Amino acid sequence: MTTLSDPPKGGFRVSMLINDTRYRSYTFQFIALIALIAAFAYLGSNLIANLKAAGLNISYRFLGEPAGYDINQRLIEYTSQSTHMRAAVVGMLNTLLVAVVACFFATVIGVIVGVLRLSNNWLVNKLMGVYVEIFRNVPVLIWILIIMAVFVAVLPQPREFRGDDATASMVFGSFAFTGRGFYFPKPVFGPGSLFVVLTFAASLVGIWGYRRYAKQQLFDHGRMVSTLWPSIGLFFVPVIAMFFIMGQPITLDYPALKGFNFQGGIYARNSFIALTFALSIYTAAFIAENVRAGILAISTGQTEAAASLGLRPGRIMNLVILPQALRVIIPPLISQYLNITKNSSLAIAVGYMDVTGTLGGITLNQTGRAIETVLLLMAFYLVISLSISAVMNVYNNSVKLKER
Amino acid sequence: MSKTNTKPIAFVRDAMLAEQTPPVLASGPLAWVKRNLFDGVFNSILTLVAIYFVYLIVSGAFPWFYNGVWSTNSLAECREILQGKTGGCFSVLTERWPQLLFGFKYPSEEYWRPTVAFFALFFAAAPVLFNKLPRKMLIITAIFPLVAFWLIWGGSLIVPVMVALGLIVGYVVFTKLEYQSFAMGLIGGILATVIFWSFMGYVTEPLSDVLALEPVPSRDMGGFMLNFILGVVCVSLSLPLGIMLALGRQSDMLIIKWICVVFIEFIRGVPLITLLFVANVVLGYFLPPGSNFDLILRVIIMITMFSAAYIAEVVRGGLAALPKGQAEAAGSLGLDYAQSMRLIILPQALKISIPGIVNVAVGLFKDTVLVSVISMFDLVGMIRGPILASTEWNGVYWELWLAAVLFFFPICYGISQYSQWLERQLATGHR
Repeated sequence: MTTLSDPPKGGFRVSMLINDTRYRSYTFQFIALIALIAAFAYLGSNLIANLKAAGLNISYRFLGEPAGYDINQRLIEYTSQSTHMRAAVVGMLNTLLVAVVACFFATVIGVIVGVLRLSNNWLVNKLMGVYVEIFRNVPVLIWILIIMAVFVAVLPQPREFRGDDATASMVFGSFAFTGRGFYFPKPVFGPGSLFVVLTFAASLVGIWGYRRYAKQQLFDHGRMVSTLWPSIGLFFVPVIAMFFIMGQPITLDYPALKGFNFQGGIYARNSFIALTFALSIYTAAFIAENVRAGILAISTGQTEAAASLGLRPGRIMNLVILPQALRVIIPPLISQYLNITKNSSLAIAVGYMDVTGTLGGITLNQTGRAIETVLLLMAFYLVISLSISAVMNVYNNSVKLKER
Repeated sequence: MSKTNTKPIAFVRDAMLAEQTPPVLASGPLAWVKRNLFDGVFNSILTLVAIYFVYLIVSGAFPWFYNGVWSTNSLAECREILQGKTGGCFSVLTERWPQLLFGFKYPSEEYWRPTVAFFALFFAAAPVLFNKLPRKMLIITAIFPLVAFWLIWGGSLIVPVMVALGLIVGYVVFTKLEYQSFAMGLIGGILATVIFWSFMGYVTEPLSDVLALEPVPSRDMGGFMLNFILGVVCVSLSLPLGIMLALGRQSDMLIIKWICVVFIEFIRGVPLITLLFVANVVLGYFLPPGSNFDLILRVIIMITMFSAAYIAEVVRGGLAALPKGQAEAAGSLGLDYAQSMRLIILPQALKISIPGIVNVAVGLFKDTVLVSVISMFDLVGMIRGPILASTEWNGVYWELWLAAVLFFFPICYGISQYSQWLERQLATGHR
């Protein structure tokens, strides 16, 4: 007896390739593969023909040649005689610098705004709502350009700090906010400062160890050990003591007005400040929404249950609400970090020399090697994106609800 | 005991008290103020800070708007009128209004054409956005792209008509072949359309003067119109592409799955600017020698790929949210893959993913200003380039950037409010 589910008897027919579900997927994959290869072959042959017509070739040798242009903001040593490779690395470091600083400030502002948006205060609540909506619904490039224009137009120029009747003055005598950029005091590490830094590191380890000990006491013996004041003490006392024992080896180099400009200290260009600031407040609007959603996602029953167990409000926040809210908040937060990194490529609009400005801008224009530079640029961003995604996956797996 | 019953009890009131109004601080506006603004020390400080902040903004902005000058021809004239007072030179907006809208090359006697197309867009989009409108309005949606193309780019009306005819021929072939299998129908339909289009030139060449508008080349597009064209075209094109990518990523066929995964992750991993660089300087190398794609078309290709990857991820979320039973039920009814997708899975999955798709669309519309970086003169490009660099208006920042904000904010805010409204409409209580 035959049933309907028996495979049809008889040999293989060509029509089965498209009609029989057992073979159909192979047919489609085969067609897709052929189409893909054909597309690549077509594009590749066009590329070769175009390159031949233009007398070009694909080569990365230009990376070893001197770049011949200057980069005004750099974290590592660079002169115009350095190679294009070095220029690209300077740009990459600048990208990472903007991204890290902007991520930090965006998180701080975003968390504050997100919490304030949930406040009972009607006025504050509405103001934060207006902030979030205005910044979310206007392109970030426009914000970057607006803030750059504001910096240049509103802040005083260095010459206005000069003379007896100066119209501008430095904040605390050590910070100067000018239209050209910000000047900060710069720490100078003299001989013996190594011990201070080591002491600081040691006290951080000490705090960590002490907190672990306190937790162990709580879990094993049920004893509450105070952690706040000992931690603060450990943080400050040894470092300050060591600082004076070693004879104050760390000093500050203050910026000072010399001639037409400030000298000394740390100089952050206006392009860097404007870009960082714009990316921070733009992304903070998105982060605020994530934070708000995360806190709202925790049902009030959780707070009530914790309170009925006798926990204090601070502990309810720390032990019950935050761990659950963070599980909701952190994945979108990390993808916002990713967005900051990608949006930092807009630096090119304000003249900040990030990797898009050096490798994808001047190097591309000088050498004319469009394909090579754009490929390198994409590879750089891809590596960053994929590594952040990998970190996110690890985190998601570690906080995933454990279902037993 | 008996005493208490016989004697009247002195302390029991036998007349009702008259009603009293509640204390001032317990109800009414003052109570609202106390509860919402001055509830505790910290809250009061917050309120005072917020009020001071609002005062700063209003006191700074009010004279600026109030003294604003709306009708001069240059910044110098405007400053002369203001004579040192605080005030905005909004005359830059009135004088350069057409440039902000259409760019500086679009022929001024043809401005009515994009304007008509813009207003027609509302009628075309309405039946898609609002379910309750009569379904027959979808006909407007179907013919809108062709009419809009004809209006904005000009040329003979025959070209879009022939393009439409090609699509109709493809659809007819598809319906004829569909009963054999969906794939056959699709391949046949596409082939028929392509063949029709490749012979289209024999008809359009001789008839190129029929109902012809003055042609405007792509490189003359600019201003906010360019942002709008890029946004609308790329979102509409990327939707089908994104759905296909999402289905491909879910597929059991390994090769197709990996093609889609690599494409999506690659596009999502790089900034849009690098893709625009590709459109600007690299894509030309990969096109057939001698072909001359104009920049706007290359940019549309790259932005479409960009947003398709993001839409694919949103749709994948929608597909993953559907219970597996839906696909199994469709299979047990005897529907094949194409039928179950079209009739069962996609309608539900797309419904779940609409808010996400709208978010992507808003983000994409905002991202269209990035084309100013590759020296196209969209709204931002116009402001930074021809307007701020001109001798008349060099130095006007606030007015122009405020205008830029006001161009984008209502549209993006409106779309996101629409998406929230739609989410409430579509909420069925179960998914």
